Amino acid sequence: MPLIPLLAMVRKDLQLFFSDRRSVIVSFVVPIAIASFFGAVFSGGGQNREPARIAIAIVDQDGSAISKAIVAGADADKNLKVAKPAEDEARATVKKGDTAVAVIIPKGFGEASGQALFGGGEKPVLTMLHDPSKTTELAMVRGVMTQHVMEAVSAQMFGGDQGQQLIEKTLPQIQSSTAMADDQKRLLVDMLGSVQKFYKDRPAAAAGTPAPRRGLTMPYTVKEEAMTAGSNVAYNSYAHSFAGMAIQFLLFAMANIGVEMLLERQRGLWSRLRSAPVSKLTLLAGKAASGTLISLMILWVSFAFAMAVFHVRIQGSVIGFLGISVACAVMASTFGLLVAALGNSPATARGVTTLAVLMMVMLGGAWVPTFIFPAWLQQFTLIVPVRWAVDGLDAMTWRGIGLSGALMPILVLVAFAGAFWTIAASRFRWEEG
Amino acid sequence: MLTIQHLRKSFGPLVAVDDVSFNVARGQLVGLLGPNGAGKTTTVSMIAGLLKPDSGDVLVEGARLSGDTDPKKRRIGLVPQDLALYEELSARANLRFFGALYSLSGAALDTAITGALDLVGLTDRVNDRVSTFSGGMKRRLNLAAGLLHDPDILLLDEPTVGVDPQSRNAIFDNLETLKARGKALIYTTHYMEEVERLADRIVVMDHGKVIAEDTLDGLQGRVEGVGGGKATLESVFLTLTGRSLRD
Repeated sequence: MPLIPLLAMVRKDLQLFFSDRRSVIVSFVVPIAIASFFGAVFSGGGQNREPARIAIAIVDQDGSAISKAIVAGADADKNLKVAKPAEDEARATVKKGDTAVAVIIPKGFGEASGQALFGGGEKPVLTMLHDPSKTTELAMVRGVMTQHVMEAVSAQMFGGDQGQQLIEKTLPQIQSSTAMADDQKRLLVDMLGSVQKFYKDRPAAAAGTPAPRRGLTMPYTVKEEAMTAGSNVAYNSYAHSFAGMAIQFLLFAMANIGVEMLLERQRGLWSRLRSAPVSKLTLLAGKAASGTLISLMILWVSFAFAMAVFHVRIQGSVIGFLGISVACAVMASTFGLLVAALGNSPATARGVTTLAVLMMVMLGGAWVPTFIFPAWLQQFTLIVPVRWAVDGLDAMTWRGIGLSGALMPILVLVAFAGAFWTIAASRFRWEEG
Repeated sequence: MLTIQHLRKSFGPLVAVDDVSFNVARGQLVGLLGPNGAGKTTTVSMIAGLLKPDSGDVLVEGARLSGDTDPKKRRIGLVPQDLALYEELSARANLRFFGALYSLSGAALDTAITGALDLVGLTDRVNDRVSTFSGGMKRRLNLAAGLLHDPDILLLDEPTVGVDPQSRNAIFDNLETLKARGKALIYTTHYMEEVERLADRIVVMDHGKVIAEDTLDGLQGRVEGVGGGKATLESVFLTLTGRSLRD
């Protein structure tokens, strides 16, 4: 392949790219601005910050020892920010979106739940009014409230005053139950009596020490350890957001190069290029090479900014990071050729490719991580090259995975590039009718 | 210098060029005339290697031109009908790029750029963006881009479309100079007076075929002029191709 024409193609395309101030701003400044925003939004609690609490409201219409214990437990929970309004106000705040979930503890809840604990009574209803746009929060609140209800009810049933009354009330119900065999009834009554006796006969706590807890408690504690590059490395959401946005905008830049190729053909420039003794392969390779360089610049400038300002680091393999960068740039560049080969006119190509790029980056996890997608969609998006690029860059940055984690993304991206190149080279319309 | 032998090209059912043959000698300008859709641009495209003929040959000094990378393409320069220039780049950057396509580099490329710009009178605008040029200046730069590699054969496809009389006259002077340097030129146009001034021989095409080939005097001799005088080229052209409107 003759080098002088090839290098001239590359130099000319770089000159054209940098002569267009608008495309430079769109390619370099906009992704940095958007990635900074997304990084801040998805930064979560960070290393030293308080985690975001879910705003809930609890309306205690019962006022029993059990319901008060439930409210106290929720109040002390680090995951919840609890307000205690009246029911109407609670409904209004959920409707407005200020509160994710409002929990209504109805009158008689304490008594009914105590009786229902051993299957002897009808289960009371704990109503959860929720904002339909916050189903994730609803699921979390449901789990957290289950813990507090179980703790509060069992604490009362195993030694509390209300519990004692309830057991006295429950025992006849158990004995008259027809759903339970006689020997089972006797065993259950014995167990409840023993539990009551155990807590009553327990020595009082020494002065200055907390009273021993009664009832069921969580049988484990949780040690949270973020599995990133190492024990001292925190998750940096900017690593993901900068990878995603840089890939999005380098794809836009390459799609634009494809559209420019169509415009060049309209303006007769390709006639002039083809009249020179240069092969078609050289002409396409020159475009692919310049596109790859521009893509690499967009990607690396974005990451350089993220490293300087947001302390993003390559915690994995530097060689792997470079390999994925190059493979991603080649894939994007050949995508531009594909646009030029398949586009009928610049206007239609621009519209179609904008949609295609947006779909690719959306499904590829460039905007939000793919783990929030449904399982089937997570599998489906493996056919999107952006997914491999984003996952690969994530692996090399905040996940801190070594070179082995880069090999598959590189292979897949190169395979996509090969497919794009093959289609582009075979479908490119060299002759004008 | 250039021999066209039985060229034929069709696009689906449409036969755009049908058995076209003619020669161009060194230092000669051949005017290629024809109404819209006559097959002039398709013929020029095949000579330049942009289109592959269905049959027939293009010979450069007796050697058949074949393939994209045939070194004989270096002996041909194309000045396309469109302004095939990068408007966002300077005149120098444009010429550097087009020269490099012919593997020119370094001092040889600089010399070629200087010579081409000097010929078309754009030396003082070498560093200006093409987008700041007038239509005439762009046409002259379009010509300069086709001359950079010093081709022996120059294909000019309507090179004066949309330019003012001054620029057109300057281009004519450039072409006279090139003829004097021994270049072989093919010139397609709709302007009869341009062919009358420049052409040594005239090829008239219609419906993809060559319907006449002669010198200006020879063609004029085929038609009787008004009042028994010499016929104008336009009246000859209309006599040969008819007066019906073309798409």
